[in-house]
Amino acid sequence: MNAIILAIVGLGAMFLGYRFYSKFIAEKIYRLDPDFKTPAHSMRDNIDYVPTNRTVLWGHHFTAVAGAAPIIGPGIAVIWGWVPAFLWVIGGTLFFAGVHDFGAVWASARHKARSIGALTGDIVSQRARALFMIVIFLLLLMVNAVFAVAISQAFDLTPASVIPAWAAIAVALVIGVLFYKAHTNIVVPTILATAFIFLCVPLGDYVPVRLPETFLGLGAGAQWIVLLFVYATIASLVPVWVLLQPRGYISGIMLFVGLGLLYGAVLISHPTVVAPAFNQSVPAGAPPIVPLLFVTIACGAISGFHGLVGSGTTSKQLDKETDARFVGYLGSTGEGALALITIIAATAGFASRADWDAMYPAFGAGGQNAFVQGGATIVAAGSPFSYEFGAVLLTVMVVLFAGTTMDVGVRLQRYIIQEWGVAYKIPALQNSYVATFLAVGACLTLAFGAGGTQGTGGMIIWPLFGTTNQLLAGLTLLVISVLLVKQGRPSRYTMIPMIFVTSMSFLAALYQLWDLYRTGQYFLVLMDLLIVVTAIFVMLEAASAFMRERRAVGTTRAVTVS
Amino acid sequence: MSLRERLRRVSELATEFYVAPYRGVIARAHRDQDDLFMLFVFSELMGVPNPATYYMLELQPMLLERFHEWHVRMGMEHSPLDGFRCC
Repeated sequence: MNAIILAIVGLGAMFLGYRFYSKFIAEKIYRLDPDFKTPAHSMRDNIDYVPTNRTVLWGHHFTAVAGAAPIIGPGIAVIWGWVPAFLWVIGGTLFFAGVHDFGAVWASARHKARSIGALTGDIVSQRARALFMIVIFLLLLMVNAVFAVAISQAFDLTPASVIPAWAAIAVALVIGVLFYKAHTNIVVPTILATAFIFLCVPLGDYVPVRLPETFLGLGAGAQWIVLLFVYATIASLVPVWVLLQPRGYISGIMLFVGLGLLYGAVLISHPTVVAPAFNQSVPAGAPPIVPLLFVTIACGAISGFHGLVGSGTTSKQLDKETDARFVGYLGSTGEGALALITIIAATAGFASRADWDAMYPAFGAGGQNAFVQGGATIVAAGSPFSYEFGAVLLTVMVVLFAGTTMDVGVRLQRYIIQEWGVAYKIPALQNSYVATFLAVGACLTLAFGAGGTQGTGGMIIWPLFGTTNQLLAGLTLLVISVLLVKQGRPSRYTMIPMIFVTSMSFLAALYQLWDLYRTGQYFLVLMDLLIVVTAIFVMLEAASAFMRERRAVGTTRAVTVS
Repeated sequence: MSLRERLRRVSELATEFYVAPYRGVIARAHRDQDDLFMLFVFSELMGVPNPATYYMLELQPMLLERFHEWHVRMGMEHSPLDGFRCC
């Protein structure tokens, strides 16, 4: 099987999905109205509510949602063979993620750009809103822990990536100052910054940075995790224009550059897929494909995190309601494209089946490492760059994406803790330093709790992260579905995905409960128990909300008839 | 569209791409700073001694336009000052 066919079929399906399915959803289900006055116009304040060009908004939605997660997830999930991962990514993007992201933007824009969390309170119930907050907190906790582990593994495996990855942070600092203090035009620094990062790649190869084997009883990976959280603490406390904004911008640019490079290299080198279509000899101890596939690939197929982005900032800047389709649906398609190229890299970037098998000795192996090695092979074959250059560049990309998400994640966690401080009148929690230290402490506990002092086994929590992410997606789809039922429109296009993701994540959480208990990881058992209980409550809330709305709609109809 | 115009368009879009996600956060931080400055300028009028009052006096008429917005934002429905009326 040639990888070009995968790329063309995948991208082609996404294009058709956007062209036809999203059009159908826009016209018949969400019924977008080009004359509707969006919050960006009706509540315009030039601070949060500003009508923004739809291409810019699409770029934001895309770069905010496409991070390290659609790389790590598919990188792990191809262990079951490329067909299941491919089908779930394509089907998920077309019928789940697209409708979910698009719906979140639409629902929020129709309700004064309120966030999905607030909408849950208004449309479903206050209990559901509390659930929503718990799920978000768990999600942020896991995302920070998992990404810290992922970055530390990347640094540990590719010491050459250390210098370029930190150089990107220095570049970000410079861009921030240039833009806000020197008021320079952004285009020239962007080109220079990208060129600089590319130049740092051979430098990193020349001067690889390795941390001592052990220091104060901590392995090299664990030292990186601690260093990363020290960095994240600082990054989340400094003003956003200093680091967060330019860093997010550079990550976005690198995403476009990386995607272009990889798809271009696939077209030129047309590698052959060496991984099996369905892996008949899955390593011992690997979990069953159903339901685990559907939580291992969360981002890239459907992810609740998108709803937070779509309803938080995107909906406040929507110029026309009809733009929601372009921004939401096509934005999530971009993430699908990243997941797709990861599948190609992790299945076609190896010389033989034996090499591929060596990459996947156990469940949880592969991940971003398979993406980096496979991707670098493809880059070397289909571009003027060498394998080493490709490997470092792709590692830097993964590190940048994961790091940017961590910065934002720690900051959001701090806000949640501060909000709790206000709600429960605990002044200490309202302090930004105390709240940040608590957030970082919780993440560190999780990162080490999962992997011991070596910080090695952190990827164990990856499926747990996926489960939480899918639960959040389920909650968002619930809000959209209830809204549709209320308006007497067909709700099955969001209801079926909701039932599917919620039940899959529930089953996955149950399986993991048994698996974690069996392997004696009691810390994670507790965490998983929390997820199972939350999942049960989400399902109960969903059922009760639907019954209530159905009854209400039924009554109105009866009244109209009589 | 000429090349120059096209370049300008690209530059505009890139700037927007850079600015838009954090526009609200930065504008709010900016406003907080301005609010503190307002407090300095009008502190003496509200009975808070400020050694720099003399130098800030000539700023008062310039900031008067923003005065109403500021005191409302600070949670005072009406002007806290007796000396001149605001609303």
